[in-house]
Amino acid sequence: MKWTHAFLAGLVFGAGLVISGMSSPARVLGFLDIGAIGTGHWDPRLALVMIGALAVATPLFALGRRRGQALDGGILPSLPTQGVDRRLIGGSVLFGLGWGLAGICPGPALVDLGAQPWPMLAFALPLAIGLLLGRRD
Amino acid sequence: MLWLVHGRIAGIAGIARVALRGPDRDWRLAFIAGLVVAGMVARITVGPAVVAGLDTIPLLRLAIAGLLVGIGTSMANGCTSGHGICGLARLSRRSLVAVPVFMGTAMITVALFKVLA
Repeated sequence: MKWTHAFLAGLVFGAGLVISGMSSPARVLGFLDIGAIGTGHWDPRLALVMIGALAVATPLFALGRRRGQALDGGILPSLPTQGVDRRLIGGSVLFGLGWGLAGICPGPALVDLGAQPWPMLAFALPLAIGLLLGRRD
Repeated sequence: MLWLVHGRIAGIAGIARVALRGPDRDWRLAFIAGLVVAGMVARITVGPAVVAGLDTIPLLRLAIAGLLVGIGTSMANGCTSGHGICGLARLSRRSLVAVPVFMGTAMITVALFKVLA
């Protein structure tokens, strides 16, 4: 893949995270705080972001499956069909714990690193270490 | 999107992991650079609201959270964008399990912290 395309994709993705509010830990924690539903302080906006992203991605995946090849002529890899296993569940629990602690997941972490290198390095360095520890290949 | 144009699946955690150590790193590093530059530009044009709330999180909690997110997403092979968007969009069974698990755990974590605080 051309690195220029990838760089642009990163820029657009990052802009999307900023515009949707995903780059703000306060906004993300406000969404995860469903205990606030009762008090009327719950912030449901990120659910709309996810629904919006799925509304775009779902037909694109369906289209790709029908075409059988990428727009640049590349072969669309058959997607993984691994089953549900303990690593999936355990990893998802650990990820949820970390996400709930700070309100930051990998995409926003990289955007926020550019926006405010300190204290984001305190999150990003352990993130990199964790990514390498979680899988050996 | 990436899959359709170039035949690749893009979850941010997976891209970052392979960019750190793996094959075909150039486009992955470029993609990550795009995300970081987007943050820099947003900070200049929009201001500190871009990272609202970041300064209120203690350093130790940030570090522990980062480590957990890293280990968790690489074990489960996907993060919010990987399982949450790409996985759900193509109705992957693994993602249909992973998303409720990590969302539920995150919500419980936030609730517990509120009770403890």
